Amino acid sequence: MALLQIAEPGLSAAPHQHRLAVGIDLGTTNSLVATVRSGAAGVLPDECGRSLLPSVVRYLDDGDVAVGFAAQAEQSRDPHNTIVSVKRFMGRGLADISEAAAQPYRFVDAPGMVQLITRAGPKSPVEISADILRALKQRAEASLGGELVGAVITVPAYFDDAQRQATKDAARLAGLNVLRLLNEPTAAAIAYGLDNSSEGVYVVYDLGGGTFDVSILKLTQGVFEVLSTSGDSALGGDDFDHRVYCWALAQAGLSGLNAHDSRLLLTCAREAKEALTEHASTHLTALLSDGQAIDLTLDQDTFRDITKTLVDKTLLPVRKALRDARIGVDDVKGVVMVGGATRMPHIQKAVGDLFGQTPLTNLDPDKVVALGAAMQANVLAGNKQDDDWLLLDVIPLSLGLETMGGLTEKIIPRNSTLPIARAQEFTTFKDGQTAMSIHVLQGERELVSDCRSLAQFVLRGIPPMVAGAARIRITFQVDADGLLAVSARELTSGVEAHIEVKPSYGLSDEEITRMLTDSLAHVQDDIEARKLREAIVDAESLADATRAAIAADGDLLSADELAAIEAGLGAVADAIAGNRTVAINEAAHQLNRLTETFAARRMDRNVQRALKGHNIAEL
Amino acid sequence: MNFDFKQDHFSLFGLPRRFALDAGQLDSAWRTVAAQVHPDRYASAGDAEKRAALMMATHANEAYRTLKSPLARARYLLQLAGVDTQEDTNTSMPADFLMAQMEWREAIGEAKDEHDVAALEKLARDLQRDAAALQQHLGVALDDAGDLDGAAVLVRKLRFLEKLEQEIGDAIESLLF
Ligand SMILES: Nc1ncnc2c1ncn2[C@@H]1O[C@H](COP(=O)(O)OP(=O)(O)OP(=O)(O)O)[C@@H](O)[C@H]1O
Ligand SMILES: [Mg+2]
Repeated sequence: MALLQIAEPGLSAAPHQHRLAVGIDLGTTNSLVATVRSGAAGVLPDECGRSLLPSVVRYLDDGDVAVGFAAQAEQSRDPHNTIVSVKRFMGRGLADISEAAAQPYRFVDAPGMVQLITRAGPKSPVEISADILRALKQRAEASLGGELVGAVITVPAYFDDAQRQATKDAARLAGLNVLRLLNEPTAAAIAYGLDNSSEGVYVVYDLGGGTFDVSILKLTQGVFEVLSTSGDSALGGDDFDHRVYCWALAQAGLSGLNAHDSRLLLTCAREAKEALTEHASTHLTALLSDGQAIDLTLDQDTFRDITKTLVDKTLLPVRKALRDARIGVDDVKGVVMVGGATRMPHIQKAVGDLFGQTPLTNLDPDKVVALGAAMQANVLAGNKQDDDWLLLDVIPLSLGLETMGGLTEKIIPRNSTLPIARAQEFTTFKDGQTAMSIHVLQGERELVSDCRSLAQFVLRGIPPMVAGAARIRITFQVDADGLLAVSARELTSGVEAHIEVKPSYGLSDEEITRMLTDSLAHVQDDIEARKLREAIVDAESLADATRAAIAADGDLLSADELAAIEAGLGAVADAIAGNRTVAINEAAHQLNRLTETFAARRMDRNVQRALKGHNIAEL
Repeated sequence: MNFDFKQDHFSLFGLPRRFALDAGQLDSAWRTVAAQVHPDRYASAGDAEKRAALMMATHANEAYRTLKSPLARARYLLQLAGVDTQEDTNTSMPADFLMAQMEWREAIGEAKDEHDVAALEKLARDLQRDAAALQQHLGVALDDAGDLDGAAVLVRKLRFLEKLEQEIGDAIESLLF
């Protein structure tokens, strides 16, 4: 771990070794892994040369797990145990799941998030996603020939906190070090923006298999500032398939298909939809399990008619995002199309008509997100010192608290630049009230019942006072991943409650640890050895970076402070010599703590220096 | 960790401490500071630096938001000068201002009832014009006349207008989306 990130002339850290980092686009339909090698971003293909990994997981009889094409091939033969589009269930309860997305699975409503019943037992969407991520991690490590230091995982910009947290949990479960959760449209903008070295306002329209995002970005001298984002985290190509599926059922006079047949027909529907991108009409043929043959013809006009409302549904968030960004269509310099579903001609036309310009489609809409994520991973891993860019992203949905009468009080408005913290004070309602229940919500609606519940906790130990006398301050901190931490404090007594918001949805740390150990139980020894290796590498680079920091900015330390840090460095060296994981981590942690104030002072100095340069440049 | 910026938001961005402000200069100073402290710059750093970066980037964003909004900027300048703007406690306003408020409310209600987005948008534009005039006065009161009490009154007025603007925005949104 490099402590010295801000390289100064002549003082840069030890000659730098390329660190293996990847970008992963964990898609509803397809997932990809990409990396930057010799300065160029590229998608890593599988051994057959295929870039896309279908986001399909099948739990087999013998306890094995198949991921990708092998699983996809069996989906209609084994529908209950073959999970497609699992992303639609991330961070979602049973009540959230639409009928279209639900078939043909068997759900149980577990606390936090639904689970799917498979022959391998109930599976959480987090575990299923982790299986996909694990496959991509293996692919990357095999083709790069080493262990990854980290990954940037993309998420739809419109994902809420529960969905983001679930994604991060899945990555941890797959053994990935998450460098950053990155919004998909922002990733696409990096890939585009850096290719074209553009300046100005750009719109990214991203319609994938299961999610729709729109982001409006302002590009200025290497800064990607997201002005606003909007979307629908349950709208995508899958819904177009479902329309075709319903049309086919009606045409053939069918209803209530079994799981096998409905999966079969959905697959046909998707093929028909994709065929209509190139052809004026197409055939849907399927042989159902009762021997009935389906043979229908679907033409482009009919397809356009039955999906028109879906296309319109995407334009609403686009208008909303423009409004939030306070810009008009005339201010938009370019519209970038991302996601396989944007290949549909009537989508391109609708977007083109709205903006009065032909949308940009010069990069492969399937790959652009993964490529952008890889470029960001390369920067975050520290492989690129100069010539960096900066991403300033926003929170997609407002955060608030429940107040009296089932109403929400907004604390952080949507489209605020991250990271952000906000505090709000509340008071007691009754005389002598000693506890207060706190309900954290995300969404734009006024009623609590219309927003997503992120967490509920009780702040106890408020000293009894008359109603309205206590002062309870609740602080929301949202980090650069868009993840929320909430803390509450009673100001007159100092009672403090700190929570990481994830109890309502998502897994606890214990659950993750249990899943990790379950899945790796048989390689326990390996794990111990690996942990030791990692601890040594991390501690050594921390020590190196600390020494470099002292060399550069040691004048910011008093003699005592310097002595303490040097003692900490000594302790790290001793611990490394002792070869014990726990002791090494402990010493590194201690050194980290000792350097906190130093780190802040150095950052402050760098800000001052940067501003000075900046002001001179401006004069 | 108990880090805090000793300097105020203006000096953080190297700007003069006054109401009149070059928006372009603020934007670019913010980007310069953000480029130094954004957590992405410390993604593979130690925990101490990560925490410091999160805190400082959060602080820089907050400072930027405060200075960017004329209302928040004026409020902040008054706060630095030790003047309480009394926005929640002092509701006494000149009669003509209150009359105008009522007229605004009525016009908004009517346009809303008639689902007239164009009328709402026109109201928003009119309101912005009024707000701009108030901001002009604020500039004079704060930067030239040093009339802090007068500025506090203007802040309270501007706050009213901001609430109205919010109301119009919500109404337009509920009609459009
Ligand atoms: N030629 C085509 N014509 C129409 N649709 C297509 C075409 N090719 C792919 N699609 C559709 O694009 C969707 C998949 O797009 P993509 O791979 O970008 O999604 P994803 O990244 O997996 O999903 P998401 O971003 O929503 O999580 C599917 O619905 C697929 O049917
Ligand atoms: Mg996608």
